Amino acid sequence: MAKYVTIIISMVLVSNYPLAQFLGICPFLGVSKDMDSAKGMGMAVTFVMVLATAVTWPIQQILNSQGIGYLQTVVFILVIAALVQLIEMFMKKNMVGLYKSLGVFLPLITTNCAVLGVCISNIDSGLNYPESLFNAFGAGIGFLFAMVLMAGVRGKLVDQSRIPKSWQGVPIVLLTAAIMALSFMGFGGMFS
Amino acid sequence: MENKSKLSILTNGLIKENPVLVLVLGTCPTLATSTSVVNGFGMGVSATAVLICSNIVISLLRKVIPDNVRIPCYITVIAGFVTIVQLIVKAFAPALDKSLGLYLPLIVVNCIILGRAEMFANKNSVIDSALDGIGMGIGFTITLVVMGSLRELIGAGTWCGVPVLSRIMPSMSIMTLVPGGFAVYAIVMAFVHYITTDKSTIRDSFGCSDCAMQDDCVDGSGCASKGEVA
Repeated sequence: MAKYVTIIISMVLVSNYPLAQFLGICPFLGVSKDMDSAKGMGMAVTFVMVLATAVTWPIQQILNSQGIGYLQTVVFILVIAALVQLIEMFMKKNMVGLYKSLGVFLPLITTNCAVLGVCISNIDSGLNYPESLFNAFGAGIGFLFAMVLMAGVRGKLVDQSRIPKSWQGVPIVLLTAAIMALSFMGFGGMFS
Repeated sequence: MENKSKLSILTNGLIKENPVLVLVLGTCPTLATSTSVVNGFGMGVSATAVLICSNIVISLLRKVIPDNVRIPCYITVIAGFVTIVQLIVKAFAPALDKSLGLYLPLIVVNCIILGRAEMFANKNSVIDSALDGIGMGIGFTITLVVMGSLRELIGAGTWCGVPVLSRIMPSMSIMTLVPGGFAVYAIVMAFVHYITTDKSTIRDSFGCSDCAMQDDCVDGSGCASKGEVA
């Protein structure tokens, strides 16, 4: 059990996806304007990451057993796209409340590199099935954590500061991310 | 789009619609692979190859693909080319394959490629789409090389592995790490905003009413003496 807790904590703090590994930067910059959409996006990504890992890990074993492991990229992205579509349809019909809060983010997730990234990196680092699932869950929670932090900072930035014109918009957000990444480096030695 | 000359399509991607700095697409590979000039260049060339090929194929198929399922079709085409590039890089440049690692298969979800397929290739002729792919690819590669140069020069003191600054100053390895990536990207993007926007308007947003210090400021004399308020 301790092993799984370690995996989750290290994915949330030490190798946080947006702030330490440059994965999922597009939604991190694009959807962090207000707290509600940041939370919604973070939760939707966590949900899809775990499900996508649950599906792609067995598929990779099948591909390997057939000797066509090099088709990984094509198969994974198609599986993820189809999975996201299915989840969207299922949620629309059976879970209207959840669909209203997460639904709008689902189509964006197909092209979120964090989802494909976590599936491929689970395979590349040779994790077994439960480890992969916990890894994906931790990565999702880490993404949610970074999104919420960023949305909090951005609320203050827009209302209360005087930003030079050429720095308005994305540049100041990137600089904020740089400072956040710097503080996340402090977690670096935790599990060495 | 008809009145656009071929040259303007080609140069569109360099500065005016630079995919990374103006459209803010493909941020993940930009930040992750611009740690050195060689990595940035390798990533840029790989993504450019995929971009040109997928633009051509999608433009050829634009009348065949039904509108409802166009996104899955584009992704399949792109994923096919990414796999080809991945296998070529693995075979001929194993060192590059190792340093790009996860980001090579992730070209498939690079928003530049899907974005250009959606915004340009499915509406324009094959030649225009190929030119757009080349222009956007060059814009992406140049940005990566510029950012890679800055980060490598300051972070490691070298350029393409040749020692340059390391003889006169100690290197600041933070620049090749994650915070340096964000900071360099922010600075380069702010610089592009600065040179592309009209400079006469830059100070317009300033004034005592927008000033963060207005509660502590008595009569604006502090700013007026520096010439910041008219």
